[in-house]
Amino acid sequence: MGKRIGMEVAVAVAEAVGLCNIDMAAVYPITPQSHIAEHLSDLVADGKIDAEFVTVESEHSAMSAVIGASSAGARSYTATSSQGLMYMHELLPIASAMRLPITMAIANRAVSGPLNILNDHSDIMPQRDSGWISIFVENAQESIDMSIIAFKIAEHKDVMLPVNINIDGFQLTHMVEPFEMPSQEEVNNFLPPFVPHATLHPAKPVTMGAFAMSDYFAEIMKAKDEAVKNSKKVILEVWDEWAKLFGRAYKPVETYKADDAEVLMLTMGSMGETAQMAIDELRAKGVKAGLLKLRLWRPFPFAEIKAAVKNAKKLIVTDRAASFGGPGGPVFSEIKSALYAEAKRPLIYNYIYGLGGRDVPVNDFTGMFERVIADTTSKEADTYEFWGVRE
Amino acid sequence: MALKTWRELPIGCVVSEPGSASEYHTGSWRSQRPVWNNSKCIKCGICYVYCPEGCVQQAEDGFFQANMDYCKGCGICAHECWPRAISMVEEG
Repeated sequence: MGKRIGMEVAVAVAEAVGLCNIDMAAVYPITPQSHIAEHLSDLVADGKIDAEFVTVESEHSAMSAVIGASSAGARSYTATSSQGLMYMHELLPIASAMRLPITMAIANRAVSGPLNILNDHSDIMPQRDSGWISIFVENAQESIDMSIIAFKIAEHKDVMLPVNINIDGFQLTHMVEPFEMPSQEEVNNFLPPFVPHATLHPAKPVTMGAFAMSDYFAEIMKAKDEAVKNSKKVILEVWDEWAKLFGRAYKPVETYKADDAEVLMLTMGSMGETAQMAIDELRAKGVKAGLLKLRLWRPFPFAEIKAAVKNAKKLIVTDRAASFGGPGGPVFSEIKSALYAEAKRPLIYNYIYGLGGRDVPVNDFTGMFERVIADTTSKEADTYEFWGVRE
Repeated sequence: MALKTWRELPIGCVVSEPGSASEYHTGSWRSQRPVWNNSKCIKCGICYVYCPEGCVQQAEDGFFQANMDYCKGCGICAHECWPRAISMVEEG
């Protein structure tokens, strides 16, 4: 067992990244990510880690700088949130197409407008199709572990893809929580040196990020899709290795009292721990409630989702972002799509909640269960609702 | 040059042969071709200078012609040629 310490999560994430022998970071501050940028730049300025910290003038430049640095063979890191992520948007598919193993923390925050600095998932959801591996975390320990693990997944020779780690803004980034921080020696043991698949070097000239027309574009997209799908094998291997070394196991879909559950709920990110308390309350009353926590968003864990819901009668999918005029929240529509061809699947309900930082106490989760259990005619299934809005 | 399958693409589509862009024949994009009337040409080389593809070449007799493997038919040479020695002709 490592030593348990307490620290603000954003600062702890920067400390964890500081253990990963990064060559460079380019991070533009934005609430609620700023403490990662500030603490990482302190670590560099104080000489605690041997890395370049590039003080870029925007998130567009931050992502451009890490793309350039990673192309030159540097282990490169960035972090952002909300508008900053939106500003990076056009570069995200380029990083994945060039197969650059950049890692990025996203302190999830609502996207404007109206301007709102608090937590939901409306920043990451529009980036869904950018070809990045996308992982959600629930607490301080997971934030730290995944910040270290992300480098190993990204840089694996069979992956070579960028990874983003979604850490709920404020609700996680600004909490002081107890956790175990791995030692430098343990991280050195776990994380091998970065061996890039190609580098920009005058001794061996190459072109990276070249032009491609209609005769090649489809093949390149197919290759990228296969690369993202295939990364799952390595993700599972690396998580297993982490569990052996540190005793903390991670799965694409975490479950809580789900095995015999008749009604399941699915959450992503920090809401999972509150939902878990709701499950305990419901179980105490004899309700067979269970929880699924979707950790791996891309590549999407189809097999694990199917296995996890196969015995449930009803499934409540919670979303922290909307798809305006669409089929429901983005997580809901993906889960529905994943289960479409299943001979036996639960009725699926969708609540969009916790938007723009609105608190979701335990009784909101129990309320969702009560609503769904009371829906005996199933007329509310396959529809979505903004939970708790004033009518 | 046979087109590669998706499995044969190098990781990240890195191009490891310098200058290999010359294997890509942009001439297939062309719908019009430049035709020089050498009786009007004064051999000034404006077409050579302005060609964005770098495919206009000067022959030993001093007159110019375009390499049709690369000429996209953009018409800049014809537009810039002040003695009006170049006309753009529809490709059959």
